[in-house]
Amino acid sequence: MLVKQRISSVGIHAVLIAYSVLALFPLALIVLNSFKTRKAIFRDPTGLPLGESFSAKGYDSVLSNSDFPLYFGNSLTVTVVSLVLILLLGAMASHALSEYRFPGDTFLGLYLVLGIMVPIRLGTVALLELIVSMGLANTLTALILVYTAQGLPIAIFIFTEFLRSVSKEIKDSARIDGLSEYRIFFEVVIPLVRPVIATVAVFSMIPIWNDLWFPLILSPGEESRTVTLGVQQFIGQYTVNWGAVLASLSVAILPVLVMYVIFSKQLIRGITAGAVKG
Amino acid sequence: MANTGSVSSEQTHRRPVRWYILVFLAPATLIYTIFAIYPIIESLRLSLYEAGDGGGVFVGLANYARLFGEPLWADQFWNAFKNNIVLFLMHMLIQNPIALALAALLSVPTLKGAATYRTIFFLPTLLSVVVVGFIWQLILSPLWGVSPAFMNWLGIGSFFKPWLGLESSALITVTLISIWQYVGIPLMLFYAALLNVPEETIEAARIDGLNGWWIFWKVKLPLILPTLGLVGILTYIGNFTASFDLIYTLQGGLAGPDYSTDVMGTFLFRTFFGFQAQLGDVYMGATVASALFFIILIGVGLYLFGVQRRLQRYDS
Repeated sequence: MLVKQRISSVGIHAVLIAYSVLALFPLALIVLNSFKTRKAIFRDPTGLPLGESFSAKGYDSVLSNSDFPLYFGNSLTVTVVSLVLILLLGAMASHALSEYRFPGDTFLGLYLVLGIMVPIRLGTVALLELIVSMGLANTLTALILVYTAQGLPIAIFIFTEFLRSVSKEIKDSARIDGLSEYRIFFEVVIPLVRPVIATVAVFSMIPIWNDLWFPLILSPGEESRTVTLGVQQFIGQYTVNWGAVLASLSVAILPVLVMYVIFSKQLIRGITAGAVKG
Repeated sequence: MANTGSVSSEQTHRRPVRWYILVFLAPATLIYTIFAIYPIIESLRLSLYEAGDGGGVFVGLANYARLFGEPLWADQFWNAFKNNIVLFLMHMLIQNPIALALAALLSVPTLKGAATYRTIFFLPTLLSVVVVGFIWQLILSPLWGVSPAFMNWLGIGSFFKPWLGLESSALITVTLISIWQYVGIPLMLFYAALLNVPEETIEAARIDGLNGWWIFWKVKLPLILPTLGLVGILTYIGNFTASFDLIYTLQGGLAGPDYSTDVMGTFLFRTFFGFQAQLGDVYMGATVASALFFIILIGVGLYLFGVQRRLQRYDS
């Protein structure tokens, strides 16, 4: 029995390790080669960047000679501000939807999560006209507003489901203590939703940081370019400078990785906390 | 504005108007309505117009008649639609079963290192499609030679072809890259659902003499059917809209070779903005987007009234 169990456990690890290699190999290839000389990149793509083959020139040219730091800042601004708005406004709306009864509450609840099923990209044609008429074309504000609108439905869905499963007693006792409804939200509800914040954050963040569609359409201008769009254009221009291309790819990977590591512990806990139901 | 209202309601002694409800709901509702719902409705309206002097002229369903009637448009539309269906089916038949299998293995209670595996499997999902697209372009490129060398090492070097460049294999290759990237999302959803299966239910099945394999098929799988349904509809929606990014990155706006990887997203992009010789057309763009809206609506309708309702009957 025990031997049998050990064999099956070895088998499971073998499968999982095999898939890990498949998932990691392409990334490792890029990061390794980004530290190599052009010659080494071509002569020995899978070799380690050691001794003569090591070179950080790619990073030099990306970080000094290009607008990469600018794109990077743009992406960071757009992602962080959108994320804060999605989390804050989403939690506020979900709190109201799960806590108070008012005329039209069911309808409003359905209306606000409609966007999960109807992708906002379908409105692109009119959205561009709207953004242009508001004078927001080629601004980061346009992207922030659109991403906030795009992220709210899933955030409201997850927060509302979660808040409905939380007992009302804590809020009621806070009310007896004389806390205003606003203070109840900030001092009681916000700490309560903490377990699902990571889930909402990760699911909202990925499509924002990685989006190509809206930056391409709403803000393709040099000043408001995001990393994703910037890398896309950069690759087109500098296909000769492979070191720089590989370095720019590696740098573009970094922030999401950091944010993911920060959130990943809570991610699964949040999903299992009854947040996502079929 | 709403804030001052709340102050005044505290000062008067009538039954207080609950301004705070408005304060909590208004910002989200406004941003969502203006930047998500209004553009979609406005796009549906624009699809009934065409360019005229100084603005749109109402033409009823003429744009749709053009889209489905004129071969120039209809051929592109159905080609993109067909490719989207291939993309969808491949994700359903390859991506989601792989995700389910990996999630099932990860949820084995005695497994060590589950958190590390989980992080690794989710990593590609975090990457920008631009990064993913370029990585695979490099790996599959005959120029750089990583894959030919690797295949030679396996002894199957003679089978190497520039898959992304061939009409017959480009769509499948793009789809496999997309699967490589996005397998993490259904994986996470399945994994969370599997963790939620109550321990007592599994224990009871074990006492009945079922082994791990049968517990998965007979006990766990029926319990996570709602998640399967959810993953199915998310795959359907994502395949019609999100697939643009990867294909635009890998194959360009013309979704080559010879439109063999064209999907609704790239078709919409070309129609709206124009590409090379083709001029952009706002009204036809709105028409393509609206057609896509109805395609998604049909899928969501089938899911809500068919799949989900049936699944919930098994849901205890």
